[in-house]
Amino acid sequence: MVLFGRAVTGDLGANPVEELTHRSGDWALRFLLLTLAVTPARNLLRWSLLLRYRRMLGLFAFAYALTHFLIWLILGQSLMWPEIFRDLIGRPYVAVGMLAFVLLIPLAATSAAAMRRRLGATWKQLHRLVYLSAALGVVHFFWLTKADWSEPAAYAMVLAVLLVLRVRRQPARRETE
Amino acid sequence: MLTGSLRHCHCRREICMLIRRPSDILPSEITRREVWQRRRTLLRAALAATGAAVLPAAVRAAEKLPELRKSPLSTEEEPTDYEHVVNYNNFYEFGYKKPDPAERAKEFRTRPWSVRITGACEAPGEIGVEDLLRLFPQEERIYRLRCVEAWAMVIPWVGFPLSSLLQRFRPTSEAKYVAFETLYDPERMPGQRTKVLDWPYREGLRIDEALHPLTILATGLYGEILPNQNGAPLRLVVPWKYGFKSIKSIVAIHLQQHQPPTSWNALSADEYGFFANVNPEIDHPRWSQKYHRNIGDGLFAAKRETRLFNGYATQVGDLYSGMDLKKFF
Ligand code: HEM
Repeated sequence: MVLFGRAVTGDLGANPVEELTHRSGDWALRFLLLTLAVTPARNLLRWSLLLRYRRMLGLFAFAYALTHFLIWLILGQSLMWPEIFRDLIGRPYVAVGMLAFVLLIPLAATSAAAMRRRLGATWKQLHRLVYLSAALGVVHFFWLTKADWSEPAAYAMVLAVLLVLRVRRQPARRETE
Repeated sequence: MLTGSLRHCHCRREICMLIRRPSDILPSEITRREVWQRRRTLLRAALAATGAAVLPAAVRAAEKLPELRKSPLSTEEEPTDYEHVVNYNNFYEFGYKKPDPAERAKEFRTRPWSVRITGACEAPGEIGVEDLLRLFPQEERIYRLRCVEAWAMVIPWVGFPLSSLLQRFRPTSEAKYVAFETLYDPERMPGQRTKVLDWPYREGLRIDEALHPLTILATGLYGEILPNQNGAPLRLVVPWKYGFKSIKSIVAIHLQQHQPPTSWNALSADEYGFFANVNPEIDHPRWSQKYHRNIGDGLFAAKRETRLFNGYATQVGDLYSGMDLKKFF
C-alpha cells in the first residue's frame, strides 16, 4: 500500500510499473525464503516460539505474490487478454512464475488452524509444495534476468542452503516425532 | 587537479566553462537549462496565443539558440522530462540498474577524449572531441528512443550526422560495415569489473545505415553538453533501432568488410539481433514488442502501440526492401 501511494505521487521514478513489479516480486521471494527458514532456525536456536510466525510469513509471501501478479495483470498488461495469454504460454519465465504463484493458492487457502487440523497428515504433505514454489520463484528470477545474474544467484544459494538443512534434518525429526 | 578542487562547488560547470576554449562551448550552454526551458514554454504559450506570424522578434530570438540549428528531422512530440532522461539509464558500464549510471558516472572524466577511426578508409586517424565540436555544426534532433525492454522516451539530442564524420576519413569500397567500441577502463567504469557483458561494449551498423541522415553522433541533450550517464562525451543515436544499438562513450570506429560482433548479440543471439530494428511483429522472447510505455506517462496510462522502425519507416524502409525482417531481426 505504501508502495502504491508512492507510485501514484511519482516517487517510484520514471517507470513505476516496472518498479512495482520488481519490488513486489523481490518481497514475494524474500518472504517465501524467510518462511522456509523458520523451521531450520527453530531447530538451530531451539526456540519454538518462532514457529508461530511461520504462517504469518507464508501469508505475507502469498500477499506479495498476489500483488505482484495483479500488478502484472492490471498495470503491466492493462488487462489485454490476448497479450496476457500469449505471455503465459509463450514466455517461460512468466509460465514458471505463474506456476509458483498457483502453487501458493491452496497453501494460503488451507493455512487456517482449523483447516490444518482437519487435513492432518495431508496438510503436511500439501504444504511441502512451498519448497517447489520457492524453487520455481528462483528459476523465474533466473529466466527473466538479462545479464547480471548476481541477485538470482544469491537467492538460489539461500534456497540451496535451506534445502540442505531440510534434508539433513529429516531422519532426526522422524525420531523425535 | 582543477576539477578536484572545484568538486564541491555547485557552479563548477559554469567555472569550467570559463576556462574552456570558446569553441568547446555548446551554444546552448550559455543559457542555463532552466532558463532555456522556461523560454521554450513561454514560446509555446506565445505561439498558441498569437500564431507564429505575429511573434515578437525578441521571443523568436530567444527560442533560436545561436548556432544550434533545429532539424527538420525532429519529431513534433513532447520531449520526455529532463529528470527522467538523465536518471533512467541503461549504461551497464556504470551499474546494472536504471538509477546507477546517474549516481556512479558523476566523477567520470571525459576530457581529454579522442576517437580513433581505422580500417577501410583512405585517411585513418584520430580526432579529439573538441575538434568534433568545432568541425561539425551541432544541431538539435528530437527523436523517439525505443528500448528493447518495451519502454520509450522522446529526447532532444544535440549532435551531428555520423556520415559527416565518416566522409572526412574517406571510406573505401571495402567499407561495408562500421564497428563501434566503448571505452574500456574498469578503473573509471566500475560496471566493467564484473563480466556481465564481454567488455568493451561493441556495436555495429551496415554502412548504408551508418550513412543514413537520421543516424547521428550525439554530443548533448536538452541543449546542454551530454551528461555522463547518457554516454558522454560522444554516443551514437540510431532512432529506428532498439536503444542498445546506440552505443555510448565511443573511443573507436572501425570500417570493415564483414559484419562486426556486437555485445548483446554475443550474449544471446536469439534475443538481440544484429539489426535490432524496432518491429512490433517480432517478439523478443522476454517482452512483447507490440506495445510500449512512454516514460513519464505514469502508472495508469494506456500502453502505446509500437510502430515498424519506431515510426521512421518512410525514411528508412528502403534500406531493408527485399530483406526478410523475421530472419534478419
Ligand atoms: C511466487 C511467485 C512469484 C515470485 C516469488 C516472483 C518473483 C519475482 C522476482 C524476484 C522478480 C524480479 C524482481 C527484480 O528484478 O528485482 C520478478 C519479476 C517479474 N515477475 Fe515474478 N514472481 C512470482 C510470480 C509471478 C507471476 C505469477 C507473474 C505473471 C504472471 C510474474 C511476472 C513477473 C514479471 C513480468 C517480472 C518482471 C520482468 C522484467 O522486468 O523483465 N511473476 N518476479
